[in-house]
Amino acid sequence: MKPPAMRSQGRGLQLYTLFYLLFLYAPIILLPLFAFNSGTVIAFPLQGFTTEWFAQMWGNATLRRALMNSLTIAVSASILATCLGIFAARASTRFEFPGRGGIMGFILLPMVLPEIIVAMSLLVVLLGTGVQLSILTVIVGHTLICMPYAIAVLSTAFSSLDRSLEEAAYDLGETKWGAFRLVTLPLVMPGIISSLLISFTISLDEFIIAFFLAGNEPTLPTYIFSQLRFPRAIPVIMALGTVLVILSIVLLALGEYFRRRGNARIGGSPTGGLM
Amino acid sequence: MAKRRLDAEARAGLGLISPPFFYALLVLAAPLLTILATSFLTDGYLEIIREPTLDNYVQVFTDPIVRVVMTRSLIVAAVVTLVTVLLAFPVAYYVSFHVRPEKKAMWLFLITIPFWTSYLIRVFLWKVILGFNGVVNTTLTGLGIIDEPLTFILYNVNSIVITLAHAYAPFAILPIFIALEKIDRSLLEAGRDLGESRAMTFWRVTLPLAMPGVIAATLIVFIPTIGDYVTPEVIGGGRFPMIANMIQVNMLALDNRPLGSALAVTTMVIVALVSVIFLALNRRFLKVRR
Repeated sequence: MKPPAMRSQGRGLQLYTLFYLLFLYAPIILLPLFAFNSGTVIAFPLQGFTTEWFAQMWGNATLRRALMNSLTIAVSASILATCLGIFAARASTRFEFPGRGGIMGFILLPMVLPEIIVAMSLLVVLLGTGVQLSILTVIVGHTLICMPYAIAVLSTAFSSLDRSLEEAAYDLGETKWGAFRLVTLPLVMPGIISSLLISFTISLDEFIIAFFLAGNEPTLPTYIFSQLRFPRAIPVIMALGTVLVILSIVLLALGEYFRRRGNARIGGSPTGGLM
Repeated sequence: MAKRRLDAEARAGLGLISPPFFYALLVLAAPLLTILATSFLTDGYLEIIREPTLDNYVQVFTDPIVRVVMTRSLIVAAVVTLVTVLLAFPVAYYVSFHVRPEKKAMWLFLITIPFWTSYLIRVFLWKVILGFNGVVNTTLTGLGIIDEPLTFILYNVNSIVITLAHAYAPFAILPIFIALEKIDRSLLEAGRDLGESRAMTFWRVTLPLAMPGVIAATLIVFIPTIGDYVTPEVIGGGRFPMIANMIQVNMLALDNRPLGSALAVTTMVIVALVSVIFLALNRRFLKVRR
């Protein structure tokens, strides 16, 4: 079909793209290599095969505490961000109101604000008002930065909703809440699940806010950061990283699956990314 | 009747938007305003003196150390943005123009996966890859290409640039891809039919139409890189601080919150200025399109 010039150009680009993917994946490919490497120094050549680091990881009490904290934070923040996101997405896609653009821009601001500024300004206020730093303060911060991503995902789901379906429900005697619960909610459910998963993944990996707002409580990223300066601790961190990578990929694949199923349900095309 | 319905709709919309709006007001706007106010106060010993002053901003613009760190942050962010966008464009172009439509989503998914894996561990692994006994150096010496380890990629600003360029790569690809997808393919055929060469068609049709995506990519990469805290800390070992590290040190270790706040406000102003410039450029390109 394509002219020969186009095909050769395509092949050059394809080669370039493959190299680029290699660059993107370089760290992820190395991770399991070092996680199963019996040498204690993270360098080539590799030594023998071992699962020792995974065993050590499992037996580490601080790490388990960090994991529990991270899970608590990620679950709470993703639920809160998604709930707030549902309000914003529904308001911005369904209703016309004064100042809509400005308000939405303001709510989406954390997406384009350097995280250090969000973290530092929150920290100054919390210290100033004497609030005890804990995982609760991290949840507050994470909800703020997850909300814009939740809104982005949910807006897609809400905007492709056919308004006549809701109106049909009203005509059939449903109340506003009933129509929302029985018609709208099931239709946007894939978007909600996708938003929960993405917020969860963002929160689980967030370092800056957790580092400054958690007080003495460790989370997974701050635990990893604290261990990076001890060479002896690195192999365990590599094992932990391998587990986290697999977890992220599973979560993202699930999120993508739900997003596409949602799209298919409302007759959309399967293309388009998570952003 | 129509007016009252509009009012009802506006009220419903405002009612719905208020929970997220008030949350952002409380957790984002209030702290930012606090920082703004603090940046005009005087730092006393152990406490902040409530005396309005511009001294902190004078210090931000005259202190040689602040200037070095500011310049470094700006240069690193600019270079990272340039490298990331240039390297990303061909990838976005390939996926948009050469990959079959049903496979595009899978390619995008492949490209975004690395971005969602632990940022800290990815940054640390770049230290391993670029280090003295790292992957690059051992491979190159092993192959006999070099005799001694390359030192220009060792724990310095160059390695910070490489690491950040990797970290924000997907950020650049997605907006460019979206812009390329929107291009009406018949325009390209028209260009070809009118006797333009392939390169000229790309230069005069594809590239200008893709420009909004390129500009979005530039902003999306520039903003987080200029505020990056982790990479200078992990890769540079704290010896090449960027603005985020300086804000943090002033806020906590040095306990000079007014100066730290002034640095944070200045950073936000720089980010805002860059955004305004690029959005203005974007408007120009959109006008050309019409």
